[in-house]
Amino acid sequence: MTDATNIYDHAGEPSFGDYVALLKPRVMSLVVFTALAGLIVAPVAVHPFIAFMSILCIAVGGGASGALNMWWDSDIDAVMKRTKGRPVPSGRVTRQEALAVGLALSGFAVVMLGLAANWVAAGLLAFTIFFYAVVYTIWLKRSTPQNIVIGGAAGAFPPMIGWAVATGGVSIESVLMFVLIFMWTPPHFWALALFMNDDYTKAGVPMLTVTHGRKATRVHILVYTLLLAPMALALAATSIGGPVYLATSLVLNALFILGAIRLWRRDEDQAGADKYAAEKKFFRFSLLYLFLHFVALMVQSWIAPFGLGGW
Amino acid sequence: MSFHPEHELHKRRFGRNLGLLAVLCGFVALVFVLTIVKVSEGGKMEAFDHSVRPSLTTPEAGQ
Repeated sequence: MTDATNIYDHAGEPSFGDYVALLKPRVMSLVVFTALAGLIVAPVAVHPFIAFMSILCIAVGGGASGALNMWWDSDIDAVMKRTKGRPVPSGRVTRQEALAVGLALSGFAVVMLGLAANWVAAGLLAFTIFFYAVVYTIWLKRSTPQNIVIGGAAGAFPPMIGWAVATGGVSIESVLMFVLIFMWTPPHFWALALFMNDDYTKAGVPMLTVTHGRKATRVHILVYTLLLAPMALALAATSIGGPVYLATSLVLNALFILGAIRLWRRDEDQAGADKYAAEKKFFRFSLLYLFLHFVALMVQSWIAPFGLGGW
Repeated sequence: MSFHPEHELHKRRFGRNLGLLAVLCGFVALVFVLTIVKVSEGGKMEAFDHSVRPSLTTPEAGQ
């Protein structure tokens, strides 16, 4: 082999940043935030370093499942505008490397979380990685338009893991935090699918917008938003809820339902005329909706020692 | 023919190695601090290892 072929072979030499990109840092930030919220609102105090280490493990575990997702989905990532710049479809990192990074970091994250916190939290993290990589990415994503609904469970586990880090178990509060994200995911992603439909059609991913059309998707968004509201409000009645959370949740759910009704009443001509402005607004608000719910829960736990929290 | 030392390829590879070094050093530091925290919190120092360990058995009532 000549030096010239050596240079050619290494033309796709990845940088360190490419491996970081494999871990989907933006998704990781949501995982970190919700896991931290679950840990903070739990009624058991955790040593700050163990809390830091646990959140780091949860973040790395979430990132590892992102790498496994990029390994399996590199073919469809290559045809979607939103994802074709990712390290694997752009040729900077090979599929095998993505798989190796995903598997190695999954093992590391689970074992380190078990050693740092407890094995209930580690078990939940292992199940989350399995659920996202195998159940969602490999099995459901390409086979059913309900992919987002069931796959959303993977993104809903982090606050439950955070809670388990502190308490060593599962309780009604952590289950309701799970349900909050689980029910929020479909309207959030379907709103995105409404204005990114071309991408999913090209990739052949059976998103609801592709299989049942946009009108049906708008109905689904409204139904899930209506089902989400009582679940979100139910958290207010638990030991981690209180007046601050209740007030925040009431306002956010009212606005979210109004937004869903607005989307439901629109047709494609209206949406096309303003370039899906309402859909984009609903999508952006959905992010704020989830963020503020968890902020309210954390505020509730911070003001509790001053006699202002809980019921 | 030899590679030019300033080739972009080398820079990228050096950056990657440096990143890996930082990650490994960080990991060592994390395990070290975790050990200190675990020990100072007074967690169990012994566990079942297939041999009789009287220190792990609970004393019977009246003893």
